[in-house]
Amino acid sequence: MPTKPELMTTPEQSAERPLMEIRDLKVHYELRGSALARLVGGEGETVKAVDGVNVALRKGEVLGLVGESGSGKTTLGRALLGLVRPTSGHITYGDLDLARMPQRQLRSVRRRLQMVFQDPHAALNPSMDLATAIGHPLRIHKLVKSKAEARERVRETLERVGLTPADQFLDKLPAELSGGQKQRAVIARAIICGPELLVADEPISMLDMSVRAKILELMLELGRDLDLTYVYITHDLATAKFFCDRVAIMYLGRVVEIGPTEEIFADPKHPYTKALLRAVPDLDPERKVPRDLPRGEIPDAAAPPHGCSFHPRCPFAFEPCGWEARDLRAMFERRWIRLGEDALAREEPLVGELTEVDAHEEMVRVRAGGRAAELTALLEEARADEPDDPLWKGVERIESDGGAVVVRFRPGIDPGLLRVNAVDVACHLHDPNLSHDH
Amino acid sequence: MTEPVISVRDLRVWYGSERGPVRAVDGVTFDLRPGETLGLVGESGCGKSTLGRGVLGLLPRGAKLAGEVNYEGRNLVTASPKAIQRLRGPDLGLIFQEPLTRLNPLLRISDQFEETLRTHEPGLSKQDIRHRSIEVLRAMGIPPTRYRAYPHEFSGGMRQRIMIALALVLRPSFVVADEPTTALDVLVEAQIIGILGDLRRNFDTSLLFITHNLGIVAEACDRVAVMYAGRIVEQGPVTEVFARPQHPYTRELLRSTISLSTTGLHYIPGAPPDLIEPPSGCRFHPRCPSAMRVCPEQFPEQVEVGPQRVECWLHGPDELVPEGGREPLVREEITVADEA
Ligand SMILES: Nc1ncnc2c1ncn2[C@@H]1O[C@H](COP(=O)(O)OP(=O)(O)OP(=O)(O)O)[C@@H](O)[C@H]1O
Ligand SMILES: Nc1ncnc2c1ncn2[C@@H]1O[C@H](COP(=O)(O)OP(=O)(O)O)[C@@H](O)[C@H]1O
Ligand code: SF4
Ligand code: SF4
Ligand SMILES: [Mg+2]
Ligand SMILES: [Mg+2]
Repeated sequence: MPTKPELMTTPEQSAERPLMEIRDLKVHYELRGSALARLVGGEGETVKAVDGVNVALRKGEVLGLVGESGSGKTTLGRALLGLVRPTSGHITYGDLDLARMPQRQLRSVRRRLQMVFQDPHAALNPSMDLATAIGHPLRIHKLVKSKAEARERVRETLERVGLTPADQFLDKLPAELSGGQKQRAVIARAIICGPELLVADEPISMLDMSVRAKILELMLELGRDLDLTYVYITHDLATAKFFCDRVAIMYLGRVVEIGPTEEIFADPKHPYTKALLRAVPDLDPERKVPRDLPRGEIPDAAAPPHGCSFHPRCPFAFEPCGWEARDLRAMFERRWIRLGEDALAREEPLVGELTEVDAHEEMVRVRAGGRAAELTALLEEARADEPDDPLWKGVERIESDGGAVVVRFRPGIDPGLLRVNAVDVACHLHDPNLSHDH
Repeated sequence: MTEPVISVRDLRVWYGSERGPVRAVDGVTFDLRPGETLGLVGESGCGKSTLGRGVLGLLPRGAKLAGEVNYEGRNLVTASPKAIQRLRGPDLGLIFQEPLTRLNPLLRISDQFEETLRTHEPGLSKQDIRHRSIEVLRAMGIPPTRYRAYPHEFSGGMRQRIMIALALVLRPSFVVADEPTTALDVLVEAQIIGILGDLRRNFDTSLLFITHNLGIVAEACDRVAVMYAGRIVEQGPVTEVFARPQHPYTRELLRSTISLSTTGLHYIPGAPPDLIEPPSGCRFHPRCPSAMRVCPEQFPEQVEVGPQRVECWLHGPDELVPEGGREPLVREEITVADEA
């Protein structure tokens, strides 16, 4: 039994002032439409890479951003450092709002905010030796007076990240290093100016299993010794569980669940979090990953689903989750995967028009000519075949209207974050006003 | 016991380099039975991909191959390139990691299936081709309505499934899958592993499954072969090997894997060796926590330990270990940064 949910208005009520506070952050990318669309004055598409995120980063914590690729983790991480310009919202850091600071001023703040990238091979300039590459930020921020001083600082930092003896590494080129050593060099460059916040974007995902633990251990040590706050971006739940104090689960630009690591892993509340956890293969061969995982894949961020963006895949979806025309089309595709070519040949001409309706309507109107009755019967047959498909909870009525069949969906509601125990979760199942029996 | 589909004996592969031959695979022996999945694990650079390609005769130019790959009564190592080319597809398949680079972006999915089937089964009618292709695509969860779409119209996970379908439409009896899910997310990865499981149940296809992820081996494989520096140092049933690893390398690999139940970090010091001049005796000796004096002196014999086959002096044979050979080995300290 979850405790009574309350609507969250302030991001966090921690006693200490947060290191950074992200409010209503949106980063939308305008994709240019096709040449033809622009010619006739059509608009391009918008990808809502980050779409309304609220998080307060506490000093000294490790916050995990976890989600499938395309969920907006990298974009959010880059926005925190002022590396992408938010469309709207605020990023409060001290007295500054990074979301609206001019580029020039941002550059000086960036000394305190650093990033470690996923691909250590791409992060280092192949023609620059380590002394130059790692010392580069010192020169940019004018923190050293001479070349010799810079070299000395690099030497100390190399020792700090375990590239010892440092003298053997100072003049090396990236090509002479292994993957793990490169990542150590990238970390050295990130810490050399004494940052407060380190955004680490999948820092170990390209490394060998046996090297991952070493880099994680280095990051833990540095965090302790240098008082760092981490944002750890990953799609690997196992390292997130080990490394993070708090975890934010992201899906299509939103945080769908956020809270203390122990509670998220012991008692996941969002159906997406539950699914992710069940999908991780265990080292014990006796424990198998269940087969009833959410179907499909993360949808196109340029046309996110209506209502809860997880609803097309959610096994628990119900009436208010945002049903729409596209879901009907997807249902038929699943049906034809199941039944095969003959069913496809029989049924596709009848429902063909489904592909032409506007995806965002809460109503579909299919012109069926003289075959409206046949189409209605087919819809009923599909429902009878798979009555447990959550889609049917969202279908309010199927009616015929002259030569057309009209399918009406229940109105969808976009779920906001609700407090349940120590966790905030964006799912209608946890809203007592919407959900009766869950 | 059923006869193996493929039987590899003392396979060796080496690449030419300025400093001398890189012995990427150096005397590997294993069998695969119908419908069996063998997981191949080991750190980067241990020779997994080279072994997978070597078995299929798909090595880059300049690579040399010796030993036996016995398939249907003939040794593929000595077979003519033309004979192997004929087998590839209908008998031997390969699934790569990067689906986008393997699908032709200019051709519809339907065209790619037609091309493949036409090449290997020229007798099929257009109708049959369509039918066969759609059947296997359906098994991979691709809707038949998408048959005429282009590769870029699919997500990464769907493209990987199409790649698998394209390898399977010829109903090969043996498939090498080289990290087929490494670039994918956990949910999609779980779907694809489920599909590969169905595959071996329904079609009796044997699979050599190369991966870094020991969780996937536990999930999807019947047997596992652990590779280190060009050798298979331990092989056996997954349940046995994971519950009672007999080789120190297997044990250390399992311990250093970060899983949902990890409470402390562990790792193997150092890195896999250079394969031009690998360490003497047991190649793992510079990193092995159990190393003994005999280990750098003599190459370990292969021994049976229960259902496992292991290459490690800890398991004898005792009569070959010289006097004092079981004393701990004294070595130089390995620095933290000296890693893969
Ligand atoms: N075309 C090549 N020419 C020369 N050396 C090569 C070639 N391909 C691989 N090697 C070398 O052979 C050894 C084994 O490489 P291989 O790619 O088979 O390892 P792997 O176990 O598949 O590694 P990973 O886990 O990184 O995929 C390595 O030392 C590698 O550098
Ligand atoms: N520079 C960009 N221009 C247009 N779209 C982008 C850009 N960067 C990211 N996106 C899109 O934004 C969404 C989120 O991407 P990203 O932040 O990289 O997610 P993640 O790191 O979780 O994989 C994706 O749909 C991606 O394609
Ligand atoms: S609101 Fe909750 S139940 Fe509804 S689709 Fe979203 S995750 Fe599933
Ligand atoms: S042979 Fe010796 S060095 Fe090699 S794995 Fe066994 S104990 Fe370790
Ligand atoms: Mg990313
Ligand atoms: Mg490989």
